[in-house]
Amino acid sequence: MVQYLLMKIFRALVTVTLIVSAAFVVLRLSGDPAIIILGPEAPPEAFEAFRRNWGLDQPIWVQYFKYFAAVFQGDLGNSMRDGRSALVVVGERIPLTLAITLPALFIKLAIGLPAGVMAALYRNTWVDRLIMMLSVAGFTVPSFVLGLVLAMIFAVWLGWLPSGGSDTWAHAVLPTVTMGLVGAAVIARFTRSAMLEVLGQPYIRTASAKGLLWRDVVRNHALPNAAIPTLTIIGFLVGSLVAGAVVVESVFSWPGVGRLLVNAVANRDLAVVQVILLLVGLTMVGANLAVDILYGIVDPRLRIKRLQAGS
Amino acid sequence: MTDLLRVNDLKRHYEVHVPEGLFGRKASLKAVDGVSFSIEKGRTLGLVGESGCGKSTTAKLVLGLIPATSGTVEFAGTPVTARHDAQWRAMRRRMQMIYQDPLGALDRRLPVITQIAEPFEIHYAQMPAAERTDRAAVLMDSVGLRPDMAMRYPHELSGGQRQRVVIARALALEPDLLVCDEPVSALDVSIQAQVLNLLDDLRERTGFAALFISHDLKVVRQMSDQVAVMYLGRIVESGLPEEVFRRPQHPYTKALVSAIPTPARRGKRERIVLEGDPPSPVDVPSGCSFHTRCPIAQASCRNAVPQLVASGGHAVACHLVNAGATPAVQAAE
Amino acid sequence: METLLSIKDLTIDFDQGKRFVRALHGVSLNVARGEVLGVVGESGCGKSITWLAALGLLGSKARISGSVRLNGQEIAGAPENDLAGLRGGRIAMIFQDPSSSLNPVHRIGRQIAEALKLHRGMTGASANAEAARLLDRVGIANATRRLREYPHEMSGGMNQRIMIAMALAGEPDLLIADEPTTALDATIQAQILDLLTELRRDSGMALVLISHDLGVVADMSDRVAVMYGGRVIEEADTGSLFDSPAHPYTRGLIAALPDIDGPRRRLESIPGTVPAPDQLPPGCSFAPRCAIASKICDARVPAFLPYGEKQSHFAACIKCRGGAPTETASMPGNKSALVPA
Repeated sequence: MVQYLLMKIFRALVTVTLIVSAAFVVLRLSGDPAIIILGPEAPPEAFEAFRRNWGLDQPIWVQYFKYFAAVFQGDLGNSMRDGRSALVVVGERIPLTLAITLPALFIKLAIGLPAGVMAALYRNTWVDRLIMMLSVAGFTVPSFVLGLVLAMIFAVWLGWLPSGGSDTWAHAVLPTVTMGLVGAAVIARFTRSAMLEVLGQPYIRTASAKGLLWRDVVRNHALPNAAIPTLTIIGFLVGSLVAGAVVVESVFSWPGVGRLLVNAVANRDLAVVQVILLLVGLTMVGANLAVDILYGIVDPRLRIKRLQAGS
Repeated sequence: MTDLLRVNDLKRHYEVHVPEGLFGRKASLKAVDGVSFSIEKGRTLGLVGESGCGKSTTAKLVLGLIPATSGTVEFAGTPVTARHDAQWRAMRRRMQMIYQDPLGALDRRLPVITQIAEPFEIHYAQMPAAERTDRAAVLMDSVGLRPDMAMRYPHELSGGQRQRVVIARALALEPDLLVCDEPVSALDVSIQAQVLNLLDDLRERTGFAALFISHDLKVVRQMSDQVAVMYLGRIVESGLPEEVFRRPQHPYTKALVSAIPTPARRGKRERIVLEGDPPSPVDVPSGCSFHTRCPIAQASCRNAVPQLVASGGHAVACHLVNAGATPAVQAAE
Repeated sequence: METLLSIKDLTIDFDQGKRFVRALHGVSLNVARGEVLGVVGESGCGKSITWLAALGLLGSKARISGSVRLNGQEIAGAPENDLAGLRGGRIAMIFQDPSSSLNPVHRIGRQIAEALKLHRGMTGASANAEAARLLDRVGIANATRRLREYPHEMSGGMNQRIMIAMALAGEPDLLIADEPTTALDATIQAQILDLLTELRRDSGMALVLISHDLGVVADMSDRVAVMYGGRVIEEADTGSLFDSPAHPYTRGLIAALPDIDGPRRRLESIPGTVPAPDQLPPGCSFAPRCAIASKICDARVPAFLPYGEKQSHFAACIKCRGGAPTETASMPGNKSALVPA
């Protein structure tokens, strides 16, 4: 178990290093920020000063090592727009994003898991067909379309909810529901296939042959096994809590991390984009690590065999 | 008589990681651990043993599909290596293989005649397409596949028919050696007999030699001129099938032969039932690796690895048998 | 002998979406108290589904008709709760692949205790002690430690022993063993067969042994039923069946089997392949592969009638009424074994 954990943590660290490097490379390769920030008509001295200020005049590998050292000291630079610490700029948006993504995650699980299990248990009946139809609709319709449709119905026609902004809790309802429904569709589909796979296994037949009622077969034998692959997708959803709302935040003008990212990219605010990329990468890696650890706990096959004295 | 295939002290060890203690430890899995045999032109050697005894690894080593840790394989006087150069490819043309699972060995997107003609395409690129198809049709006929099956896909055939396709393809280049790894294990009894008879007939007609691997002693006896019994990566007994299976000497072979239930044996059961499972090839017991399950083992069996000692073509690797003190274990007669 | 389980005219149709395909065509079999009935046949002959259907384990895709009586009481179509009570209790079942027949995420002890709770109301320490006793009974050493382990920590042979221990938990009158040794090595197969024989002798439970392996069935059974194309085509006490088989298919199966003793001979193969369930020929379903078949074999399905003098030998073949088949000498002697039908 210890060895399994150490290996997983080591892999996570390698991934983080790669993400940090990738962020650097992608951002440096995508154009000269000086031109975009200052505008092409700015005097050459201004360019010089800007580049010297941000260290952009040094050779690329020097920039890279300086950047790396800075990142590991927690110094992620200042926003090139308003000069405040990029960490602070991003940090103040995180609660706003979580305010819609956390409830959305709850909706995804609360609808998606039972729907997937039901679809599998009632395979090829109208229950299954209905759930799968909704599920396919849920993830083929892009979330901005669904968002606009919901806004049209509940904000424009019925006037029950605001269509954009972040002043009251009511503003959070539409973005939350939009994300929740799309995610539920994905989870339902995934859970269904995980469950079907398990229901076809010989040990399910054994459990029935043992004399268990079907509901106990499902509860005691099918669900715990189906939970194992489902963990992966839940981990992915948890990992995207911070940055998974880019589209929905833009549609509903919700001032979260996602919208900040869109603006920062448009403005070439390298430091902010960098912080967001790192944040996304880290939450993903963190969630994956958590899933791996959970796997080790839930699935005894991954647990390290105990030392057996003889046999 | 000239040996077509000569295998000398062949070993294949895998470095494995045993999850033990805090960080685990490195260990050596001895899949094949010093195997020697030879096959004469046109003869069949049967290799028999339980799962994990190294018989399939031996097959891969013989064909040079995986490199040996030590030891040599010589085919028609030329060493077989796992370096897949022009020489190996030329040799590979004369050595073909048949696996247990015909569906896995076939491409499900191609009609069977295309797959049977494939070896011509690879090795005789200059052969006109029409001739390739003609030859493939002849092969189909020789393995008992009807012409109307030519354009069918593997999944449209039964298990036995698929194995016939695999056999036809393996025989396309008229190989000198056919390595058969559990070729009938996945087939029903009535189909199994068809395929075994087919292999027998084809061998008579074309004269290929064969390394025939199976866990089924009855099948091996049916097909082989010589047999070798493997246990934990070593050959423990070898000789003529009549000798080895009728008068087994090694306690393992005795138990194996006695354990086979057959309709003819019903009622007069004198099974020697071995205790426990075979040890893992990672932790091969010291000395004679069979001593942990052997009903007649003595303390001395733990000390030295017994060598295969032949007397009149029948070779046994057992200290007690070779010391002449034929132990009083019930024979399966 | 007192009949324990009686299956009569069992028919199974599988829902294939657009239509139903009949997989079992009116199978009748009896199992007496304490006897061993061997059921032999090739893949797709219906030997497994017969018993799964009898226990209501085939799921909603199967439409079942016919009668299944346990001690004279009808259980076919019984409410799910009643059937569940029988399963693992009066009738237990073990399967081909022991390692995947056990739940990978639960400890061995929990899986056995589940059966003990269901059928004997045992929980806690008493269930634990009984589970350990059962493991000991099936020849697993260090039972208390093993109870805390998972299926993947054990070999296939050990897992089959655990399946047997679990089956014994309900103290069944009948154990149905579906290919119990097919996935195991020869020396392990011998261990499991020995264990089954010993347990049966001690407890007096009846055993239905389903296998494709004629040797295993011949070795273990008191009586043997041979199935082909969803029907029982021959049934007899083991001695008669192997000494004087009646049906050409049974004869063919025996002749197709290579032997380990005696002189080597060329195998006599049965030409052709088993027909798909939805493509059964009219009349005798073996006729297209049969060396002695003639036109009358295609006329209608042959009745299952007594064969020879023995009252316990039955066969479904028009050609072998009341004695040896007329053309036995040339039976499977199809020289062109290379040509499938």
